[in-house]
Amino acid sequence: MSKPKFAMYWSAACGGCEIAVLNIHEGILDVDANFDVVFWPVAMDAKYKDVEAMPDQSITLTLFNGAIRNDENARLARLLRNKSQVLVAFGACACEGGIPGLANLSTPAAILDTAFSTLSTDNPNNLRPQSNYKMPEGEIHIPQMYETVKSLDQVVKVDYYMPGCPPESPQIAAVVGLVIKALKGEAQLPPPGSVIGASGSTVCDECQRARSEKTITAFTRMATFQPRRDQCLLEQGILCSGIATRGGCQALCPNANMPCVGCYGPAPDVIDQGARMMSAVASVIGSKDAPEIEKIMSGIVDPVGTFYRFSLPHSLMRHAKASQQ
Amino acid sequence: MAGNENFEPVIVGFTCNWCSYRAADLAGMSRIKYAPNVRLIRLMCSGRVDPQFVLKALAEGADGVLITGCHPGDCHYVEQNYKTLRRFALLKKTLAALGIEQARVKLIWASAAEGSILAEEIDKMVAEVKALGPLNWKTDGRPTTDDGRIPSSVSRPRSVSEEVPA
Repeated sequence: MSKPKFAMYWSAACGGCEIAVLNIHEGILDVDANFDVVFWPVAMDAKYKDVEAMPDQSITLTLFNGAIRNDENARLARLLRNKSQVLVAFGACACEGGIPGLANLSTPAAILDTAFSTLSTDNPNNLRPQSNYKMPEGEIHIPQMYETVKSLDQVVKVDYYMPGCPPESPQIAAVVGLVIKALKGEAQLPPPGSVIGASGSTVCDECQRARSEKTITAFTRMATFQPRRDQCLLEQGILCSGIATRGGCQALCPNANMPCVGCYGPAPDVIDQGARMMSAVASVIGSKDAPEIEKIMSGIVDPVGTFYRFSLPHSLMRHAKASQQ
Repeated sequence: MAGNENFEPVIVGFTCNWCSYRAADLAGMSRIKYAPNVRLIRLMCSGRVDPQFVLKALAEGADGVLITGCHPGDCHYVEQNYKTLRRFALLKKTLAALGIEQARVKLIWASAAEGSILAEEIDKMVAEVKALGPLNWKTDGRPTTDDGRIPSSVSRPRSVSEEVPA
């Protein structure tokens, strides 16, 4: 009997998700023992046409990481959707748009300007990448950027969401273990659409710091302030996203004396992570006076980049006005 | 965009049961005429207005959102309108960063006796949003299927959550 097939693909991503998978250590041997790895550009050589040649639904499990930035990403998302029985949005970018999603505050043209016309760039003819270009040897193509960055589920149907930047390795090992058990008929997969490999509560629930009803009169930043290790960071004036973010990481960042950046996406029953952060932050500000409130809030220098650091494309607004022209 | 004489903005208005909703009632009983563009939604308190409500309204077709509540110090629930004040300040900052014009989202205090003030403020806001033109927020961006359609299978909600034991 042939083994079930496994694929992993990266689109607009940094590669950290792949490292996180390798970080399950000897667990990777279980993956190899139980699965036939058919497509994994980072780890083995395979061509898109090899995937195209596979029968539909022939891949048992595909972990798809990265956001949808261009037409190549979208084409591979649709291809792997057709070829896979279970498609997992793996990591913050596939689930929520992630860090690449902050490009939705700008336009592709402005992004290319920044990349190709900075002072330090040697580009005297002000050239830009062209998606189609005629060479003496024939026409060549490079992927074309979409106007906005999308999450995977805005392009194809996703069976499971596995959040995190990257997903924590013990959580990956647990999910892989569950799928192996399910294939042997020893366990059942959760209902489609579930968030897996994460907790059903917030990061605060896993954080060891003491919370009180303390309010603050100024925001501060990590670069200029050494927070206490035993007290809630938000109550010390540090913008910590734990309160609006799904748990599952065992509060890694707060335990290392750094604020939660929100990589596990919106907490259960929260649609818009940034909106929940606005509510939470509003509650911790200790002022009833409009001008004073404005003054305290001037300490929040980048509201979208802070509240929606990983979730802008999957938020209610999805992008800034600039990117819908 | 702007300058369309026939453009009638859609504005979602959140009102507080104890003050601004009654102000709107009073405006009606006093037969004060004001722009009919605001769709009022009665809540028990302006403190009930989750920023998600405002964002959802804007993302799904509203041209503006009006939040109304009791004057500071007069909240039926002691101090929830102060919470509204702080949330609104944050929301304003975030919306500005997303490029949405200030005049589209407004916070107004109106007591139950201030029907004429509420009517005046609504007229003012409708005129301002009219001048800005439709918001027409796109949440689909560029179509992503090969044939140019927006895929029907695209889903947003994630209602179920499952814990996998480590």
